[in-house]
Amino acid sequence: MDLDGRFFRREAGRLTAALTRLFGVRNLALAEDVTQDALCRALEVWKFHGPPPNPSAWLMTAAKNRAIDVLRRERTARTFAPELARWLETEWTLRSTVDALFAADAIQDDQLRMMLSCCHPRLPEAAQLAVILQVLCGFGVNEIASAFLDSPAAVEKRVTRAKKVLAASRSLFDLGDAGEVAARLPVVHRALYLLFNEGYHGASPESAVRGELVQEALRLVSLLLDHPTGQTASTRALAALMCLHAARMPARLDEAGDLTPFFDQDRALWDGGLIAQGRRLLDQSAAGAEVTPYHIEAAIAGVHAAAPSASETDWGAIVRLYDALLALRPSPVVALHRAIALGQHLGPERGLEAIAAIEGRERLEQYPFYAAALGEMELARGRADSARDRFRHALSLARNPTERRSLEKRLAACRSPRP
Amino acid sequence: MSQFLFLYRGGMTGTESPAEMQQQMQRWMSWLKDLGEKGFVKDPGQPLERGGKVVSGKQKLVTDGPFAEKDLVSGFTLVEAADLAQATELSMGCPVFTYGGAVEVRPIAKM
Repeated sequence: MDLDGRFFRREAGRLTAALTRLFGVRNLALAEDVTQDALCRALEVWKFHGPPPNPSAWLMTAAKNRAIDVLRRERTARTFAPELARWLETEWTLRSTVDALFAADAIQDDQLRMMLSCCHPRLPEAAQLAVILQVLCGFGVNEIASAFLDSPAAVEKRVTRAKKVLAASRSLFDLGDAGEVAARLPVVHRALYLLFNEGYHGASPESAVRGELVQEALRLVSLLLDHPTGQTASTRALAALMCLHAARMPARLDEAGDLTPFFDQDRALWDGGLIAQGRRLLDQSAAGAEVTPYHIEAAIAGVHAAAPSASETDWGAIVRLYDALLALRPSPVVALHRAIALGQHLGPERGLEAIAAIEGRERLEQYPFYAAALGEMELARGRADSARDRFRHALSLARNPTERRSLEKRLAACRSPRP
Repeated sequence: MSQFLFLYRGGMTGTESPAEMQQQMQRWMSWLKDLGEKGFVKDPGQPLERGGKVVSGKQKLVTDGPFAEKDLVSGFTLVEAADLAQATELSMGCPVFTYGGAVEVRPIAKM
């Protein structure tokens, strides 16, 4: 029986969420220990004869048994989850309480509680992401460090501090408090958005873990969507955005892991199922009056996904969407993307005008794709020499090997320009 | 052909990530499967629980244990090989070494 490659990681997240509910957030470390014990046990036993027919249930039983041992042994020494204290005190109710907490729907809720708890507004975003990845997604410190190009020591410190903040709260997030949930959701959305972006834009051969971040972001957003409190129009917009980007990822990179230029991408590689799902979510997200940047970014991705080929892209619609995004969230990078779309829509001259008109243009000077955009427009005008200068400058600003290689290719394209 | 017992000691530290643990499990399963397909496995063996009882000495003193994590035997496999040299060679592919463990290769005494 072949286990899905992410099985242990996924189960780690589920178990820790359930155990934290049982032990109380103050005993998060204990919950993690029990999870680790259960997984170690599984490794030790399954390696000889393979996983059992229901590996998830086996793990859960192992975790439950260990949890009960801990509860019995530490009953006098620690306080566990305050709201469960009564039920954990006696043998009579101990087993049934633990069983109830490990029921499938309960664990679903627990994961959501954990997610909302990890997105603590007092924690810096990097800390929220690190603790989500470790506690909810079962990533090790080295794996997180490799994904964010950080040192394991820095990640360890960040996670430890984050867990202190979590442990200091009286209890896990209360899903029943609609006001609290509504207040916390934007923080969760932002964290998941950042997680997705880290995986999407960081897709380089140097770290396979980054592709995993995209999967985790998708999984967590659908966890959010599965719950009535999480099913808001904004969550749908965010989920749509993720689906529509993730669907097109297979075409974005070539076998060597290098970025394929937009016009060269093979759309047959797109994941049709994810696109359909994304479009459904995009439609659903239109319900209600709220328009967030996620809505607009999802709509832009939707326009791209609707085009059968790159040349049939409705650039006019994209420009209008960027206008709306700029009104909501003015920034030079967004203005740059708008200018690029405008250049596609009305020609490189207009594109260059739009770039020249960007407010705060100076802030883009270190951004390689600003110089590259100028290069593309010069190339489109037939000015190979100017284009070459721009790409050379862009190359000097490249921040990693993937960017370097893709810019080198564009530079080479200037030497033998496309007709 | 002679028989040999592989006694596995040590290995993982308990601080490995879930992904690392799953990979390690896959390695073990592949290794044992491969040995089995080549006809070297008499009995794939069993994992052993950490704690138990130790009964020792003339007094048959019973204590809880053994608990020494580093040298604890965590499992065994009964192997068939031409000789000790081959059995030892076969043990080299054991995944226990990834994390610094050991394999004790003990010939079964012949009658």
